[in-house]
Amino acid sequence: MLISLNWLKELVDISGYSTEELAEIITKTGIEVDGVYEPEDLPENIIVGNILSCEQHPNADKLSLCQVDTGKETLQIVCGAPNVRAGQKVAVAKPGAVLPGNFEIKQTELRGEESNGMICSLQELGVKEEDVPEAFIDGIFVFPDETEIGEDAVELLNLDDSIIELDVTPNRADALSMAGVAYETAAALDREYELESPSYEETKEKANDYVTVKIENEEANPYYGAFVIQDVEVKESPLWLKNRLMAADTRPINNVVDITNYVLLEYGQPLHAFDFDRFNSEEIVTRYAEEGEQIKTLDGKIRTLSSHHLVITNGEKAHAMAGVMGGAESEVHEGTTTLILEAAYFDPRVVRQGAKDHELRSESSVRFEKGLDVNRVRQAGERACELLEKYAGASILKGVSEEDHLNREETKIRMETQRLNDRLGTSMISEDVKEILRRLQFGYEEKKDVFDVQVPTRRFDIAIFEDMLEEIARIYGYDRLPYTLPNSAHQAGGLTEEQRLKRDVKTYLEGAGLSETITYSLTDKVSAEQMISPELQEEEQGAIRLAMPMSEDHSHLRLSILPELLRTHRYNLARQQQNLAYYELGKVFISEDEEHQKQPREITRAAGAISGNWVTHPWQQEKKEVDFYVVKGIVEGLAERLGVTFSYMKGELEGMHPGRTALVVCEDEPVGFMGQVHPRYQKEWDLRETYVFDLNLDRLLEIYEKEETFEQIPRYPSVSRDIALVVDEETWAGDIEVTILEAGAPLIKQVKVFDVYQGEHLEDGKKSLAFNLLYQDPERTLKDKEVEKAHGAILEQVASQHNASLRQ
Amino acid sequence: MKERLEELEQEAILKVEKAETIDALKNVRVEYLGKKGPITEVLRGMGKLSKEERPVIGQLANEVREKISVAIDEKQSKLEDEALEEQLKDESIDVTLPGRPVQVGGPHLLTSIIEEIEDLFIGMGFDIREGPEVETDYYNFEALNLPKGHPARDMQDTFYITEELLMRTHTSPVQARTMGQKDGKEPVKMICPGKVYRRDTDDATHSHQFTQIEGLLVDENVRMSDLKGVLQTFAHKMFGEEREIRLRPSFFPFTEPSVEMDISCKMCGGKGCSVCKGSGWIEILGAGMVHPNVLEMSGYDSKKYSGFAFGMGPERIAMLKHGIDDIRHFYTNDVRFLSQYHNA
Ligand SMILES: [Zn+2]
Repeated sequence: MLISLNWLKELVDISGYSTEELAEIITKTGIEVDGVYEPEDLPENIIVGNILSCEQHPNADKLSLCQVDTGKETLQIVCGAPNVRAGQKVAVAKPGAVLPGNFEIKQTELRGEESNGMICSLQELGVKEEDVPEAFIDGIFVFPDETEIGEDAVELLNLDDSIIELDVTPNRADALSMAGVAYETAAALDREYELESPSYEETKEKANDYVTVKIENEEANPYYGAFVIQDVEVKESPLWLKNRLMAADTRPINNVVDITNYVLLEYGQPLHAFDFDRFNSEEIVTRYAEEGEQIKTLDGKIRTLSSHHLVITNGEKAHAMAGVMGGAESEVHEGTTTLILEAAYFDPRVVRQGAKDHELRSESSVRFEKGLDVNRVRQAGERACELLEKYAGASILKGVSEEDHLNREETKIRMETQRLNDRLGTSMISEDVKEILRRLQFGYEEKKDVFDVQVPTRRFDIAIFEDMLEEIARIYGYDRLPYTLPNSAHQAGGLTEEQRLKRDVKTYLEGAGLSETITYSLTDKVSAEQMISPELQEEEQGAIRLAMPMSEDHSHLRLSILPELLRTHRYNLARQQQNLAYYELGKVFISEDEEHQKQPREITRAAGAISGNWVTHPWQQEKKEVDFYVVKGIVEGLAERLGVTFSYMKGELEGMHPGRTALVVCEDEPVGFMGQVHPRYQKEWDLRETYVFDLNLDRLLEIYEKEETFEQIPRYPSVSRDIALVVDEETWAGDIEVTILEAGAPLIKQVKVFDVYQGEHLEDGKKSLAFNLLYQDPERTLKDKEVEKAHGAILEQVASQHNASLRQ
Repeated sequence: MKERLEELEQEAILKVEKAETIDALKNVRVEYLGKKGPITEVLRGMGKLSKEERPVIGQLANEVREKISVAIDEKQSKLEDEALEEQLKDESIDVTLPGRPVQVGGPHLLTSIIEEIEDLFIGMGFDIREGPEVETDYYNFEALNLPKGHPARDMQDTFYITEELLMRTHTSPVQARTMGQKDGKEPVKMICPGKVYRRDTDDATHSHQFTQIEGLLVDENVRMSDLKGVLQTFAHKMFGEEREIRLRPSFFPFTEPSVEMDISCKMCGGKGCSVCKGSGWIEILGAGMVHPNVLEMSGYDSKKYSGFAFGMGPERIAMLKHGIDDIRHFYTNDVRFLSQYHNA
């Protein structure tokens, strides 16, 4: 909402405050100020002149040669505007004048004719083109005939106005009018304001004799009033009225339309005028539209309505969509002489529905949607009548034809001074409260510090004690509230075990060289369903789709983080970033039912993707690309960090390299996977050789043992033995490890591979695996014989189970 | 014998001086001080001497042995020093060459900001609560005083999945859920960080996914001045002790009164500049006293209990703190962006 200070000034005394100060006060007490526009860059030295004569320029078809009387002198000015005529009162920029954009007017010669200034258009004076009346868009502006020659055109056109732009929150719809803003300003500054009652002459004939009103649905339309106005002369509005509209970013059209728009701004009440003759009926019936009913609206479009759209009809045909837009058929035109002026109250939800369905949100519909002062509806109609009498020469028929079901009762709210103080932390006395209520102009009764407040209907947002609490607090001033701390300040807060562990996991991964990313949970359908971790594949029922996505790129809830992480790789690779190591802790969404009607299960995963060089030492020519075992090391370290034990199984998974993928198993159940992205996908997605991991973090945190019991530091020495085994090249080290641990129990403490060899000195199809074995007993020193026995048993088992022989 | 010993001493010391290596020195030691060495021999022949002479010669022999030994030791340490010096000289390297790069990662800037805020509120006794990102219409709207058809639902354009399921538009449903769990009895003191979603087109200032941190305190006798105190403590720790705060009226359906909190602009000190759009103040968060409908819907007696809530956007805070101009930076994960803030 744009507030003209020249207008506000006429309603409330704002003297003593600069525009900035006023904006600051309004912001602090009630309504956010979005912007302050001071008249900067004002045109100077622009006066009203009278065009005495206007002739064709002898040397240029499109130019006119004008003699302009400016009061003190007559100037010859060359003008290019198509609408320039003798006898017009116009804005003249004399030599020396400066127009917006620092454009200085000079005496000059145009095609051989002297030109002593410029006749200005509104745009040249700094008015936005969309606010300029249509008649003056392509030419100069023409003042009304009665304008005095020599007057300051800038002042006449209200160009010296300051504008405050308010960002009105949904609860303060009362401030969507000058009257509302005036009440608000008066309360903030502790000054006076009251909305004046309109007055005009009425004819003997009654409105009711011309047209009757019938409401079919009281709930959708609690009030409908119709004024009948005769002898209307449709013409241009007076200059002051045009100025007011232009200051509020509204284009002047003609006096009838302008007056309804003006009352909308002044009272916040939308009005609509029908051409009586074209309305062509003596009754107005408001009702819900019939399914499929059609209406041609003012914008020339045919609209098809449904049964939840409210229409204004002449008993047969819809002539307006209630609160949304009038019909083209009964539009006011130049020849209109009799008007029906509608002042109505429509249910906000009904207007909202209509405006939404037809994408017709307007200054009017917005006000209906947000609520109106029930006591100002009829009064706004009267105000329009007053103005039409004055500026359209109209005669107003007696009374108003109406049907009225509005509840105009004032809300009563009880509040105790003590309770106000308890809630705010203040120490007000009842006198302070009374002072604030006086400024707000709220009625009240008070007995022993208990207030019964009567809330005026213009403040229809106030319904409960807490609303009053806000009124009192904001006028009292939030900056006057003390700073205190809650009584519960001594309570300890903290992270839960799970939250702490998640932070630990992040710290670990970062220490391991990975950087955190945050990617989108919403992705395209294909990505959403790619690379789903094996343990989720059984239960997942496809990615959940949004009902109305903004784009297909973000239309489905992901089932895996990896596709987005890989997209991040691709993004960075395309920007010459070569070595990438990313992780993300984020959620995937598993639908619990096929139709996706239930809230999905959300699982936090820890996923990572690495490509490029892992170890580099530039001037020593050391360079090692990431491989499977780099990622495995990271996953193993994570298990250690969480105190859980992983085992690994060869895995096959869509999108992954079939020979370089492992399932990660914990407590006998799969908890994720790791490995290389399938080369085919790497190629398709423009990736380098990329390794990924994806683990079910929620599950790991469940498995994580809360009570870590202390393990005694061994007091007796361990015995170390190395063995090198020759096995078939398909034999997996992990399987041999399992056999060693089983066969060597309980003395074997640890097995570690320390060498893998294939090549010279070995048969084709064979490889050598060397293990370091550690034997230990926590209670005593082991004897050689015992170790030999265990070692023997191990060799026997690996030989029989894996066809392994000792390497000579 | 005395002469023989003196002769031996001179001879040995001369050899020590001539010894150029530690090995040569070792030979001298063996030659003169060893069990088969000349001094031992002299001592062995002492039997031939008179009673009076014996101690004199014995003492002399020991003195000679001692002198030779000292000379050898001194020479040894000298040779060792020389050898070490030589070694150090050989081992010296170009210390200006770059080191072997260590692969280091780091947190996302938003995580850093969120954890900083979490820790700050933990210090004030708040717990951290989390909740689902796919929410029900009830918890996202209705339990927060936003019934179906409420005009304020327009303020947050929502990604619906079904009529009842949606992507949460704020983290406030976590508050409603937490209050609901407490059965209307215990106090609540929590913050809830997390991802939220709005039906926006991504541009420099909008992102369809972003993060939020909301806070809630419900207890008996919670005052609006407590909210002011907590927010001031937060603002001072987060932005600096010299920053001022101000509250101004605003509107949120779940709080009444509702306020917005601004902090004084650091760039201009409150005089007005381009960062604060000339106002001297920068909007940081929304807050208010919990609406009685919200308390009642979660089972709290709004006559007995009161509370405050607040909500802020880590992206906005990060952008303000680091002068970042485009919200999309947080989600494109350009390595050149991420790595700038690894120690933020
Ligand atoms: Zn500033």
